[in-house]
Amino acid sequence: MAALCIALAAPVLADPSTPPAALAYTQLRDPAQEATAKALMETLRCLVCQGQSIADSDASLAGDMRSLVRERIAKGENPASIRAWLIQRYGDYVTYDPPLSAVTWPLWLAPIVLLAVGALLARQSFRRRPR
Amino acid sequence: MMAEAGLAALWFAAALAALQLVMAALGLRAASGGPRASTGSARTEEQDAAAPTTVRAELVEGREHQDVNTEILTAVRPIAIVQGLMIAVAMAMLIGVFLNSDMSVKLVVENSHSAKPWLYKFAGAWGNHEGSMLLWVTILGLAGGAVAILERRLPERTLIATLGAQAGIALGFYAFLLFSSNPFDRISPAPADGLGLNPLLQDPGLAFHPPTLYIGYVGISVAFSFAVGALITRDVGPAFARAMRPWVLGAWIFLTLGITAGSYWAYYELGWGGWWFWDPVENASLMPWLAATALLHSVTVLATRDGLRAWTVMLAVVAFSMSMIGTFLVRSGILTSVHAFAVDPKRGAFILVLLAIYIGGALALFAARVGTVRAGNSFELFSREGALVANNLLLSVILGVVLIGTLYPIVAAGFGVQLSVGAPFFDKTVGPIALILVAVMGAGPLLRWRRDDGQAVAARMMWPIAVACFVAAGLVVFASIGILPLLGLSLAAGLAIASVAPLWGRNLRRTPLFTYGMVVAHLGIAVSLAGMASDSAFTTETLVAARVGEPVKAGPFSVVLDGIKPVVGENYSALEAQLTATRGDQTIVLRPQSRYFANPVTTTNESAIATRWDGQLYTVLGQPDDQGRWQLRLWWKPFVTLIWFGGALIALGGALALLGRWRRAARTARREEDARWAAA
Amino acid sequence: MGRGMKRWMLWLPLAVFALLFAVVAAGLFRPADRTVRSAMIGKPIPNFTLPGMVPGKPGLATATLTAGRPHLVNVFASWCVPCIAEAPQLMRLKAMGVPIEGIAIRDTREDLLGFLRRNGDPYERIGDDQRSAVQVALGSSGVPESFVVDGAGTIVLQHVGDIRAEDVDDIAAAVRNAK
Repeated sequence: MAALCIALAAPVLADPSTPPAALAYTQLRDPAQEATAKALMETLRCLVCQGQSIADSDASLAGDMRSLVRERIAKGENPASIRAWLIQRYGDYVTYDPPLSAVTWPLWLAPIVLLAVGALLARQSFRRRPR
Repeated sequence: MMAEAGLAALWFAAALAALQLVMAALGLRAASGGPRASTGSARTEEQDAAAPTTVRAELVEGREHQDVNTEILTAVRPIAIVQGLMIAVAMAMLIGVFLNSDMSVKLVVENSHSAKPWLYKFAGAWGNHEGSMLLWVTILGLAGGAVAILERRLPERTLIATLGAQAGIALGFYAFLLFSSNPFDRISPAPADGLGLNPLLQDPGLAFHPPTLYIGYVGISVAFSFAVGALITRDVGPAFARAMRPWVLGAWIFLTLGITAGSYWAYYELGWGGWWFWDPVENASLMPWLAATALLHSVTVLATRDGLRAWTVMLAVVAFSMSMIGTFLVRSGILTSVHAFAVDPKRGAFILVLLAIYIGGALALFAARVGTVRAGNSFELFSREGALVANNLLLSVILGVVLIGTLYPIVAAGFGVQLSVGAPFFDKTVGPIALILVAVMGAGPLLRWRRDDGQAVAARMMWPIAVACFVAAGLVVFASIGILPLLGLSLAAGLAIASVAPLWGRNLRRTPLFTYGMVVAHLGIAVSLAGMASDSAFTTETLVAARVGEPVKAGPFSVVLDGIKPVVGENYSALEAQLTATRGDQTIVLRPQSRYFANPVTTTNESAIATRWDGQLYTVLGQPDDQGRWQLRLWWKPFVTLIWFGGALIALGGALALLGRWRRAARTARREEDARWAAA
Repeated sequence: MGRGMKRWMLWLPLAVFALLFAVVAAGLFRPADRTVRSAMIGKPIPNFTLPGMVPGKPGLATATLTAGRPHLVNVFASWCVPCIAEAPQLMRLKAMGVPIEGIAIRDTREDLLGFLRRNGDPYERIGDDQRSAVQVALGSSGVPESFVVDGAGTIVLQHVGDIRAEDVDDIAAAVRNAK
C-alpha cells in the first residue's frame, strides 16, 4: 500500500480557471436521486486520473462528468442507460464494473470456477463416511 | 571509510550466503543416504500434549543418529549467523553515512540534506530504492541467523535445507544490490549538500511503513524456505509445521499492521473519505496477507492433526510468490495506481527473473517431490479441521479473484481492449465470499477437533445466530440500507458473540494465551467488518458552497465556516479554514487546509478529521467561487474508526498467539530436557 | 489435500504460475497503450449546438459538420500548454486548405482572444463548451484532441494529444479522403 498519493501530488500543468459545473460539487435535492447518482459516480473511471473514480477526484473533467451524471439522474434517466451512453463514448474503460463481453466473461466466471475447483480439491481431504 | 566498510560487509555477506548455499547442498547430498522420514514428523500436537516423556526421549535420540555428514552440516548454522551479522553491519554503515550526511556518497546526495531532522536522515536510509533493498536483505539475513540460533525442534537435515533455501533467496538479492543498485557508490567531486528528501515523503509514516511490510515479506520468505527445506528432505509433518508457524504468525502480524496503517493513511491523505479503493497497489499488499492468513490456519491443521501436508507447502510457496508479485507490481509500474512509487521497468525485470527462479523452482520441486510425501490424515467434514479447510478454500478463492481481477486489464490489453476492473467487480465477487467466510469463522472455533455433533454445535451457535438475526431484523425495520452492509453488520454482530464464545465456561486463567489470541483476532475481524458496513451504510455526505458564518448541516453536526486565513508552511503556502462543528453542547474546531507547493507546482487538500467515540467528522476545504463562498466537503462517518481499530485488534490477537505458542514451546523444550536427563 | 491426486495434476501449479508469469512479463515488456481513445470512430457525430464566444466568429453545431464537406474538429483550450505547441501545425493545415473547427473547453473570452492573438487563429468556427459536455459526447478525455469528420458527419479519425509536424501530412490526407 505504502507511499504517497500522486493523485494529490501530481504536477498540474494547467487547469481551467472557469468555475466548476453547477452539479460537480453540489448534491441533488432529492436524497434518493443523490444516492443513485453517487453510486453510479463511484463506478465510473476518471479518465485523466491515476486510477480513481469520478466520485473522488478534483480533476475538472471528473467534475464535469459528475455534473453530467447528476443532471441526467435528476431528469429521471436510469443509471444503466447513463453508463451505456458513456461506454458508447469511451469504451469499457470508463466503467470499473466491466460489462459482460467476449473478453470479460472469463473474469466474471473466475470466482465460480475457483470455488468449484477448490471444492473438488477440498473434498479429497475429507473422509468418506462408511455406509 | 564507512561506505567502503559497508560495501565490504555487503560483499562478505554475499560470499557467506554463497558458501551457506553450497555447504547445505553438499551436506544434504552426502547425507541423503540416511533415513528419510524422521520419526519426529509423525507426531501431532494432540499426541504431544498427551505424550509421556519417555516417548519424547526416544524422539530426541532418533534425531541424534540420523545425521551422517555432521561436519558439513554443523558448519551451516554458524555461517548463517555470521551472514546475518555482516549484512546488519552493512545496513548500520548505510544509516551511518546518512546520519553523518556524508555527501561523497551518491545515495545520500540524492536523498538527503544536512539540515533535515534526525528522524528523516535515519529513515532516509531506506526511503529510496537501493536502501530499501538493503533493508530487505538485512531483515532476511537477520531472520536467517535467528532461524539458525533458535530452531531446535526440526530435524537437522530439514533445517539445513531450509537455511540453504534462505541463502539462495538472499543471494539473488545480494546480486541485485551489488551489480545494479549499489547503495554505497561514491560521487566525485562531492557536492556541498544533498538534494533533500521529497517533502511529501517526510512523514513519520514513511519511517515505519516500509520496515513493517518488509518484516512481513521476509517472514513469509522464511516460511517459504521451510517449505522448500521440507520438500527437499521429504519431511512434511507436524514438526515442520511447528517450526514454520511462528514465522508465519510474525509475518502476518506485520502485514496486518502494514495494511491497516496504509489504509488509514490513504483515508486521510486522499481527501474524499474513502479507505479502500481496490487499487492495484492495495491489492498487491492484500494478496500476501490473504495467503498468509490461509497458511496460518492450514499450518495449525498440520501441526495439530497432521493433515493438509501438500496443501500447506503449496500455500507457503503461494504466499511468497504473492509477496514477490506484489513487490513487482508496485515497483514496475505496469498497472495504473493512485499510490505513487519510484517506478522502474529495469528493476521490475530483475524482480521478475528472481520470481521465475524461486517460484518456478519451488513449484517444480513441489511437483517432483510432493507425490512422495506420505498423504496426511483425512478429516470429518463436521469438525474443527473441516471448518479450517473451508477457511482455506474461501481465502484461496478470494486471493485468486483479487489476483485475476488485478491482472485482468493486462490480459484484456493483449486482446486490444482497455478495461477497468475496480470496486464494483470486487464488491460483487469478493463481498459475498468474504461474508460466507465470516459465517464459517463464527462456527469454526466452536467445533471440536476430529468429529462433532450437529445438534451440539447448533446449541453452541444459538446465541450468535440469534444476535445476528436480531440485528438483521432491527436494521430491516429501522434503517433502509443496502444488502451487503446489512449482511455485514448482522454477521459482524453474530461473529462478535461467536468469537468470544470459546471462552464461555472455561477457566479463564488456565485458558492458553494462544486461544486468547484467536479470540481477539476473530473479534477484530468482527469489529473491522462492523466499521466497514457502518461506513458504507450510514455515512452522510454534505457538499456545499458555504458563506462565512452560515451554518451547514453535516450528519448530527451543525458546521460553521468561521473564516479563512493564509498559512505559510516550510515548503508550501496554504489557505486554512476554521470550522466550528456543534452537536448538542459539544463543540469541535477543525482546520482543513488547501496547500500550494511551488516546486513542483502542486495543490493538495489537507483534510481535518475529528474523532468522537461514535464516528468521525471528516472535513475538506475546496475552491472559492465568484460569490465569495467556499466549497466544503463534509462527511459524518459513524463508527468508521472501527475499521482500523479492528485491524489493530487482529494484529494484537496474532501477537498474543505468537507469545502463547512461544511460551508453550519453551515449556515443552524444558520438559524434553528433563526427559533426556531422566533417560541418561 | 494430496490423496487420490493424479501425478500430472501436481504439475498444474507450475503451469498456472507459467501463465501468471507470462501475463506479468507481457505487461512489463509490452506495456499497454495508456492512451484513452474515443469509441466514437466510425459513428455519426453526436448532436450538439455550441454558442460562439469570439466576436465575429460563429459557434459550432452538428449541422455544419454534416453539410457534405469534411472537417478537422480540434478540441482545445487557452489554458492548455500543448495546445500552444500545436498551434503552428494547425496554421499549416489551414494553409493546406483543411477546414478547421474549434471546440474550446472551459474557456473565457479574454483568455481565448489572447490565445488566438498570440498563437494564430486557424478556426472557421469556435464553439464554447463550458461544461465539457460536447467533449464527453465525443469520447474525448483531454486537450488537445482532434477528430476528422467526413462530409456525412461520420467521425473517421481521432488524434490524441498535440499534432506534431510529422502528423500534419497524415491528417491532411485523412481529411482529403474523408469525402
